[in-house]
Amino acid sequence: METIVFALLNGVIYGLLLFMLSSGLTLIFSMMGVLNFAHASFYMLGAYFAYTIMGATSFWIALFLAPVLVGLVGAVVERYGLRRVHANGHVAELLFTFGLAYLIEEIVKIIWGKTSVDYRIPDLLNFPAFTVYGASFPAYRMFMLFVAISMLVGLWLLLKKTRAGLIIQAALSHPNMVGHLGHNVPLIFMTVFGIGCALAGLAGVIAGNIFVTDPAMAIQMGPIVFVVVVVGGIGSLEGAFLASLLIGLLQNFAVGINASFADIFGFLGLTEAMEVGQINISSLGPMLPFLLLVLILIFRPRGLMGEKEL
Amino acid sequence: MSDATTTYDLAPSTGAKFRQRTLPILIFAAILLAIPMVGPSRTMYTLMHQMGINIVFALSYNMILGKGGLLSFGHAVYFGLGGYLCMHALNWIEDGVGLWGSFPVFFLPIVGFVGGAAAAAIIGWPSCRRAGTTFAMISLGIAELVYAGSYMFDSLFGGEQGVSGDRMNGPEMFGLSLGPISDVYWFIAFWTVVGIALMYGFTRTPLGKLSEAQRDNSQRVQFIGYNPQTVRYFVFVFAGGFAGVAGGMAAVNYEIFTPINLSLAPSGFVLIMAYVGGITYFVGPIFGAILLTYMQSMMSDFTEAWLLYLGVLFIAIVMFAPRGIAGIVFGIWHGVTGPNPSAYLAKLMMQLGGILLMLLGLIVLVEVSVRWSNGYGHVYEPFGIHLGHTDVLTWIIVLVASVAGVALTRYANRPEEASQ
Repeated sequence: METIVFALLNGVIYGLLLFMLSSGLTLIFSMMGVLNFAHASFYMLGAYFAYTIMGATSFWIALFLAPVLVGLVGAVVERYGLRRVHANGHVAELLFTFGLAYLIEEIVKIIWGKTSVDYRIPDLLNFPAFTVYGASFPAYRMFMLFVAISMLVGLWLLLKKTRAGLIIQAALSHPNMVGHLGHNVPLIFMTVFGIGCALAGLAGVIAGNIFVTDPAMAIQMGPIVFVVVVVGGIGSLEGAFLASLLIGLLQNFAVGINASFADIFGFLGLTEAMEVGQINISSLGPMLPFLLLVLILIFRPRGLMGEKEL
Repeated sequence: MSDATTTYDLAPSTGAKFRQRTLPILIFAAILLAIPMVGPSRTMYTLMHQMGINIVFALSYNMILGKGGLLSFGHAVYFGLGGYLCMHALNWIEDGVGLWGSFPVFFLPIVGFVGGAAAAAIIGWPSCRRAGTTFAMISLGIAELVYAGSYMFDSLFGGEQGVSGDRMNGPEMFGLSLGPISDVYWFIAFWTVVGIALMYGFTRTPLGKLSEAQRDNSQRVQFIGYNPQTVRYFVFVFAGGFAGVAGGMAAVNYEIFTPINLSLAPSGFVLIMAYVGGITYFVGPIFGAILLTYMQSMMSDFTEAWLLYLGVLFIAIVMFAPRGIAGIVFGIWHGVTGPNPSAYLAKLMMQLGGILLMLLGLIVLVEVSVRWSNGYGHVYEPFGIHLGHTDVLTWIIVLVASVAGVALTRYANRPEEASQ
């Protein structure tokens, strides 16, 4: 019971974190048709910016300032990099972001060093929120939950209830028509790219101090975010939300299960002595998202909520 | 009426065919034959072996990226699985399992081909259903899956230590014991030439032509009665096979394979090699493999920020020279032999000057930053000039060189109308 409650809480928080990353990615993809390989690098930049700003001022200023800075970096990348490459087709765009991910990692290594930085949880939130079954649950995780949900509600309101959101949605599906109506479509693209990067940066700010803030964090997170976007169905925010929660829960539950294949499939004659029998469910955790990706692409290529097949 | 049936002889003459197709490979083989005569050092041999392996690997990657239009982020999976099979074969040869005892190590890349092609035949079936971004995503997922899975089966992949073997077993071929490094050279040279020749031959087959056709217009391929999905699948299997050949060459050369060989890092590196070299040309990946292997082993001695330079090079190629080094080389050739070579050369020199100035600014900036970042108090001193991060001279060089470089390239690339 204890395991289930904790896996549930951590799974939801991790899932919401994934959604913060994947919502920006899926918006960018459905708008420009480019999968931003460097998206997780902006997540990393968010964590590093927050670390530096927190050193100079406080965590709360970093919480607002770091995502804005990351968003600005994203906008600059779109304006002076991606827009130029756009003429050479989607593969060139994808490769550009691939190279950018390399570059950002190396620059981060030069500015902040090759090892992890000491980016800490603010003292104000460093206490146990409540105790379940004798184990305490940190308040900072509840704060993450709060930030993620506010972001979710904010994004939903922006896209569905405001005029700006209406124009963005229109530009997603009919960019030419929106342009004919007199809107500056390249500016909208740049803004959306910036907002998407800022969301990734926000995820970095609140996750960097609970995980590790080091130059490898982008590579660790990047592929999982892709999985979320594809499993959810490309271009679908609802799908990305479902897929994020699904993967978050799946990974956290798998880590909590301490059973090997031999225990589960013992009736098939699998024993501890065989190599397959020794595989532990908890060690399968990191593989599960990719397994899910391959299965989804084989059996349901349009993803959970996607409208068109990839 | 007979006009309609007039045929034009568009086929190249036998002489042209020989000059353009056979001669370059013969010259390449002759160069490889001549190299040992100058008595290369051990380091040179190691570097050349690495180049040979990477040439075959990058060319196999270009079969799907350049010719097939499929962007893969997991090509090292086939390189690695082919190589792993070869490592096990090497051990079987040593132990004399079954008929393996009489299998010469020299022909191990054939085993690699079988291994890579078999892996591609299984993995390619679900992933080749779609081209474009979907294919790229699936390849990424599969690469991660195979890499993570490889740590679970220690008897197959050997865990963190990997699988190692000894190449000096089994029957000798051509009097090569494969013990000394100069023996291994002939092995690598042989398979590099064979790999290049076979992969070039592949582009001349109907399947090779169809793979280019489905890249350009998959609907028209359907109209003439072929299934683009099947075409992609077969090309993918062949590309996996040749990646396995490179894996087999690496298995004999290094005598060890670890799961890192399957990971995303070598997959990314082969992508960069092929793209920087130029994916629209057959020879492009060869240029890319030679240059990047050289950079990888030589530049990492000079500077620790070589990955940063690699990233800058890659982005510069993607943004400004999408046809890669091969494109630049052939572009210069066409410019020089073109109608107005002096004007072209003047423009080229200006571009080159601008690029060199920008490069100077970048190098100074990066080297000074790296030393500042390490914090050991080292100072960047090229040609005895003291360039610390607090020196004014450093920042003057960085700013002036970059601004002048950008201005010069922009001036060289100004639209033709403005210059007249």
